[in-house]
Amino acid sequence: MTEETVAFTIENFYKFVKEGKIMGAQCNKCGHVTVPPRPVCPKCLSKHLTWKENPKQGKLLTYTIIHVCPEQFQPLAPYAVGVVELENGAHLPGMIKGIPHEKIKIGMRLTIDFEEAKSEGWPQWPRCYFKP
Amino acid sequence: MSGKPLISIISAGMSKFGKRDGLFGRELFVEAATEAYERCPNLDPKRDIKALFVGMMGESYEHQGHTGPTIADWIGITPVQAFRTEGACGSSATAIRCGIFAVLSGLADIVMVGGVEKMTHRATADVTEYLAMASDFFFEQWNGLTFPGLFAMVATAHMHKYGTKEEQMAMVAVKNHHHGALNPKAHMQKEITMEQALSSRVVAWPLKLYDCSLITDGASCLILAKPELAKKYTDTPVHIIGSGQASDTIGLFERDQFTSLNAGKAAAQEAYKMAGIDPSEVDVAEVHDCFTIAEIVAYEDLGFCKPGEGGRFIEEGQSQIGGKVAVCTSGGLKSKGHPVGATGTAQAYEIYLQLTEQAERRQVKGAEIGLTHNIGGLGGTGVVNIFRRG
Repeated sequence: MTEETVAFTIENFYKFVKEGKIMGAQCNKCGHVTVPPRPVCPKCLSKHLTWKENPKQGKLLTYTIIHVCPEQFQPLAPYAVGVVELENGAHLPGMIKGIPHEKIKIGMRLTIDFEEAKSEGWPQWPRCYFKP
Repeated sequence: MSGKPLISIISAGMSKFGKRDGLFGRELFVEAATEAYERCPNLDPKRDIKALFVGMMGESYEHQGHTGPTIADWIGITPVQAFRTEGACGSSATAIRCGIFAVLSGLADIVMVGGVEKMTHRATADVTEYLAMASDFFFEQWNGLTFPGLFAMVATAHMHKYGTKEEQMAMVAVKNHHHGALNPKAHMQKEITMEQALSSRVVAWPLKLYDCSLITDGASCLILAKPELAKKYTDTPVHIIGSGQASDTIGLFERDQFTSLNAGKAAAQEAYKMAGIDPSEVDVAEVHDCFTIAEIVAYEDLGFCKPGEGGRFIEEGQSQIGGKVAVCTSGGLKSKGHPVGATGTAQAYEIYLQLTEQAERRQVKGAEIGLTHNIGGLGGTGVVNIFRRG
């Protein structure tokens, strides 16, 4: 996608995820980066925004190990989900994979990876997740 | 000391909470409303109630929307203007706020506010899905987060930052089950032990089954009046002297911290300021213990203790009947039950009983000041009301 003409929407955030990018909306006025993007900067209400790619590395802020879950996630249970602070300060939620649950620690370094999601009907978004 | 009355509760009612097989939401609300009518014989509901605000979280449970007029009709007060308010698990606390707006605007002298949810007839998986609608779908649910999972992340962050222990969370469950055992309207009127709480199955680590509130059917309501009119209807009104409400992101991940709920804290500050009281003056409080960690966070957000000291507060027994402030004397969402839309006004119903000396075996002796703290979702909505004996 050519970033200049792409609207700051959730659909387009997920289109970028499909390309392996975590894109946010950087405010031209106050500099705040909103991830995922919104059509207006929540800090200063400016609509003058620029797409900004985010780093893929960050540290784990908090997490849980989910045992009771909706049917679609049942094959994965128990699975770990956390919130990661990327190196530019943006936050993202996602599953944590490729590490035994007992080794997960708040503050640990994690990297974003991407996967296709299999689902029927709406929505058809890809997912990003974290790994050591 | 305490501020002047903003609005007065002249009556209140609550259905029995529990698994109410064969009864739907409107029928449960009739149970609550007729109790409120009977408590207040000077009131002519058809003539005197000028507006109805009903909190309800979702249409999915009963496949029924258009709640305002449905309830107005069933409780016999049509053609009154009727509204539904929605703020997830905080829906009926927002109904109280709307009632305050209505009366203070001068458009109505007397209003009914309440809430209802019928949940137990649906499969647990369906209820879980409906409840999850109060959390962010687009980024959090999509990545496998559940409602208990979100509060579990608050717990993990609290444990990491402050050293809060799973045992301290279990103590909240044990206390609220103890209080609930004294409440004849509670869903689960039974004591539990620390061992039971700690060995119950994991739902979303570190939260276990006994850290979670109950899926319950129920309804509750209050009749609110202009303070000048209160004594015409009752000798024992309860006044709301402070009230606050705030909002926050519904997604947890977008916040700058995960160990307190900004909306609950902001609502509390607004309510304390209006009431002109300090947290130390509160005698009895109903807080939003949807998960045990949420009660620990509430102690801190309400100023009952300093940030990070919530775990110690429960451990020292400060929040039980006889402690510094009696918290969730009704049994709370944990043991009285959590019919989501009904919870906010059910909290106020308990405070009404406490401040009119009608709480029987769980009465906090001489309680003068009460507080309710109702949270919607993961703190996207926060409502705090402060009450004084009339």
